[in-house]
Amino acid sequence: MAEPMLQVRDLHAWYGESHILHGIDFDVAEGEVVTLLGRNGAGKTTTLRSIMGLVSRRTGSIRYRGAEIIGERSDLIARRGIALCPEERGIFASLSVAENLVLPPVVAPGGLDLATLHTLFPNLQERSRSQGTRLSGGEQQMLAIARILRTGARLLLLDEPTEGLAPVIVQQIGHTIAEIKARGFTVLLVEQNFRFASTVADRYYVVEHGRVIDMIPNAQLEANMDKLHQYLGV
Amino acid sequence: MVTIFGKPLILLYGQLTLGLINGAFYALLSLGLAVIFGLLNIINFTHGALFMLGAFTTWALLNYAGIGYWPSLILAPIIIGALGLVIERVLIKRIAGLDHLYGLLLTFGLSLIIEGLMRNRFGSSGVPYEIPSVLQGATNLGFMVLPRYRAWVVVAAVVMCFFTWLLIEKTRLGATLRAATENAPLVQAFGVNVPRLVTLTYGGGVALAAFAGVLAAPMNSVNPNMGSNLIVVVFAVVVIGGMGSILGSILTGFGLGIIEGLTKVYYPEGSATVIFVVMALVLLLRPAGLFGRAT
Repeated sequence: MAEPMLQVRDLHAWYGESHILHGIDFDVAEGEVVTLLGRNGAGKTTTLRSIMGLVSRRTGSIRYRGAEIIGERSDLIARRGIALCPEERGIFASLSVAENLVLPPVVAPGGLDLATLHTLFPNLQERSRSQGTRLSGGEQQMLAIARILRTGARLLLLDEPTEGLAPVIVQQIGHTIAEIKARGFTVLLVEQNFRFASTVADRYYVVEHGRVIDMIPNAQLEANMDKLHQYLGV
Repeated sequence: MVTIFGKPLILLYGQLTLGLINGAFYALLSLGLAVIFGLLNIINFTHGALFMLGAFTTWALLNYAGIGYWPSLILAPIIIGALGLVIERVLIKRIAGLDHLYGLLLTFGLSLIIEGLMRNRFGSSGVPYEIPSVLQGATNLGFMVLPRYRAWVVVAAVVMCFFTWLLIEKTRLGATLRAATENAPLVQAFGVNVPRLVTLTYGGGVALAAFAGVLAAPMNSVNPNMGSNLIVVVFAVVVIGGMGSILGSILTGFGLGIIEGLTKVYYPEGSATVIFVVMALVLLLRPAGLFGRAT
């Protein structure tokens, strides 16, 4: 069997002195949408940030398309075709919407062009001259997703894209992720809202105390509902 | 004789011109400091020494290589900018992320070393540099006589400030710089080589100081203390304008030069301290500076 697009093994990560991840293992195959579920503080965000090279220390193995990237600097990881949409969205206040949109450098051919992005996210075109942080929360989230679709990155790490957004916007983001998937992008999603996740994900990994404790394919979601509720404490 | 508030107009014009010239230097130097502070979080105390080296490079290019003022206007900033790249790579990079105090001590120490070496070699009184021939003399504007070189300094500084502003506010590179100033780790995670951007930014800020040094070379003597005399005022300008604000540095630089000039007309005893009085007021009323964003 061919190696998965992303293979994470025994990943440990630290912020300063605090040991956050205690041996995370999971795989993401090309074209999949995989969701990390777990309670607050379980280590989901840290997992994404570790893949991107944004934690102070990490050990173990992260292989992307066969190459070990655990020791690499974050800009070189990005250049391989991995892009992060951070939890806090990371829209820059000193840049206009248009500047925010084209900020991340193109790392590979095959990204969406501006015309396509403006069709997918019409608000961004209307408000292109506004200051980035003047957008509504939903628009900022759209902008944060749109700007990494442009770069040609094939593995997108989306950190809680629906957090704090109105149901109608959440639905729109769901459509966007479906659209992204249809275009062949691979998505690793962190989500608290597994009702939302169930509309887009192929598989789920459950993260607890910095470890992956279970994997559930979407087809078996219904059968595992009780177990999931127990894991997530909802 | 025409007077305004009891002062002769001719005196007012003269001091306003001087004020604008001082303002031009404040603006150029505080602009470089602001850009460097924004991205590197370093209070670059070496700035004055590098300004002085810019002037000495201009002098050295003429006396050792026969290269005149106009080529020096481009060459000296390139040479000192390159020195800045080395300083950033070899020294400043090592203290990145530490407390401001380390950067302040490092760059302050560095400026003492540079100034000491130059004083040792050239003495305190310095060396003369002639005004380029086309800019010698003065033009009678009717209401006042304007020395040509001074007019040139103001024009050159305004043009340089404008292009720096354009570069930072209106270009792709500038947008990346602004974004990195806000959140460098995220910009790096998008694939931007931030360490290289940091080095280039330091070099660019230093090149601006050297450009100011070239402009200053023919004004008085080229001497080892010219930077330290100026830099204390420039730091006050940066504090008033708001650390890290581009437009703020430019406007505050020129504005304070003019205020200083006016003070010389109406209350000469206060002219040496007026900028610091303004600084104290701004710190009391708007601690983030006139153009700064509160953090």
